[in-house]
Amino acid sequence: MTTSSSSAANRAPRYLQFIQTYGMLLILLLVVAIFSMLSPNFFTTGNLINIFRQVSIIGIIAVGQTLVILTAGIDLSVGSIVGLAGAVSASVTLGTGNPLFGVLAGLLTGAAVGLFNGVMVSYFKLTPFIVTLATMTGVAGITLVYTNGNPIIVSEPVYKFIGQGYIGPVPFPVVLLVLVYLLFFFILRKTVHGHYIYSIGGNEKASILAGIQVKKHKVIVYTVSGLLAGLAAVILSARLSAATPVAGTGYELDAIAAVILGGTSLFGGKGGVGGTLIGVLLLGVLTTGMNLINVSPFYQDVVKGAIVLVAVLLDRFINADSQ
Amino acid sequence: MKKTVVAMLLVLMFVISACSNNPSNQNAGSGGNTAEPTEANQSEGTDAVKIGYVINTLNNPFFVSVKEAAEKEAEEVGADLSVVNANNDLATQLSGVEDLIQQGIDVLILDPVDSAGALPAIQAANDAGVKVITTGRMVDGADIITHLGYNEVKHGTEAGKFLADALGGSGKVVELQGVMGTSTAQERSQGFQEAMAEYPDIEILSSQSANFDRAEGLTVMENILQAHSEIDGVYAANDEMALGALQAIEGANREGIVIVGNDGTTDALEAIQAGRIVGTMAIYPNQYGEKAIQIALQVANGEQVDAMIELPSIFVSSDNVEEALAEVQK
Repeated sequence: MTTSSSSAANRAPRYLQFIQTYGMLLILLLVVAIFSMLSPNFFTTGNLINIFRQVSIIGIIAVGQTLVILTAGIDLSVGSIVGLAGAVSASVTLGTGNPLFGVLAGLLTGAAVGLFNGVMVSYFKLTPFIVTLATMTGVAGITLVYTNGNPIIVSEPVYKFIGQGYIGPVPFPVVLLVLVYLLFFFILRKTVHGHYIYSIGGNEKASILAGIQVKKHKVIVYTVSGLLAGLAAVILSARLSAATPVAGTGYELDAIAAVILGGTSLFGGKGGVGGTLIGVLLLGVLTTGMNLINVSPFYQDVVKGAIVLVAVLLDRFINADSQ
Repeated sequence: MKKTVVAMLLVLMFVISACSNNPSNQNAGSGGNTAEPTEANQSEGTDAVKIGYVINTLNNPFFVSVKEAAEKEAEEVGADLSVVNANNDLATQLSGVEDLIQQGIDVLILDPVDSAGALPAIQAANDAGVKVITTGRMVDGADIITHLGYNEVKHGTEAGKFLADALGGSGKVVELQGVMGTSTAQERSQGFQEAMAEYPDIEILSSQSANFDRAEGLTVMENILQAHSEIDGVYAANDEMALGALQAIEGANREGIVIVGNDGTTDALEAIQAGRIVGTMAIYPNQYGEKAIQIALQVANGEQVDAMIELPSIFVSSDNVEEALAEVQK
């Protein structure tokens, strides 16, 4: 039967993808084991909570980035969105005295920039790299204009709770992180929109021929990426009790690195948020672990660079194998 | 192929652990050093004071020297020192402080990224019972043991007075300011302006920011040179900008312009030695780093320290440049 032969052709990459994700999980466990041996302070409840809280911001951004990369796109603007959305959210909270308005304004700001990216990519047929590079620069500039280069201090208690509060022993940002991952794990696995995302990334032309509204779904994906960056911005500014105009600089690269480490292919169509969470944790564990065992700050950057390179190599090999 | 990648990661992990300067490695490295009879105990972290140092940036040679001097001093006094680079980022700073708290430090030396946004990091340390010392920028409303800092207004005033005297009390001068959001830049500028106010015959042609950066110092000075045909002196809020301005002035073949800087970097001292700039208000990174560790030790041992500690500084001109160079290269 023709269907069985085509599914056999699909099996190889799926199998490799499983190995890759599984392999990264093993590497994560290995790294955790090594740091636990090197530092008695690493494998403690306090430090594990510390690591999850630290990765929550990049973790949430990386979910949006995963969706975009699954459609074979890329979103470089998320770091700048963190700066702008944080500033808007903090200033609206201050201005209205109501943190709910502040949070909504932050989320909407992120979604608006994402919507712009999506429309440019889908309806004006511009390359995602170029569009989001342009918004990355432009939005960073808007943030400086908006804030006049000054940090905005927020000490509103409800707002601060978003970044500094706890539910039981679990920091609130970690609760949000888990909710976001559960939600998008479900959306990618169980909803039509999720299936279409894989389909668009796997073969966009075929998806159009199959009657999928590719443009609409891509706009949704970029808007969601912006929205999640907005959420990350709210958490970050709440955690710091301050929104600084340069907040979020470089976060897009951390998020992309985490997505690729997690086994989502830069060529689209393969991967998922489960792997991304592993990638995010691996980067977080490396940073905290190296701080705990007292690695010189200079070497830390070298190691992180090398890890990302290895991840991209891995991505390349997997794709070469599957062709 | 997967095996190769896994193997590469494994190698990387070993490299990381080799790079780590945790006490056991350090002791192995300095086995010949007999000054520490309690090495075995120290490697278990039982009695050595643990100091965490979160430094704002290591993209600046001055702070790299501060860090190196702090590490050297910590080794001499037998304290465990962990340095984390905040990379000019509030979130990285907070994460670094949290990691150091997890490591079980006794004292935190914090070189804040921002005067206001560093508060949560200090609160986190306070909540964990870690004593906090800040350096450089003051953090508003923070609960700290002491603050180590320079009297930056005095630096601006002294450098300004030297420039004015070098010009014989009259002439046209240019001020290159630092990153104006920082208190260092504002206070150095304030001090300079106060000094200039005492010399009615000196005219400030232009006060512009070159963000403490050599390349910006070059371009800003090039523009100023285009705009003004007669300039007698340049005051730069740091040496990097002074050297950038020097490059612009030499490139434009303008002669007789007297340059004064701030900081006393090796490059600047060599320029003073060569007669290319006349002086700099020197602060020594090695003294800064040493002092920070010494104060941290006193604080850890529960000794009483002043709430404000002024770090030493001295004006360097051709008269004392040899001694200054010797101090920097120590």
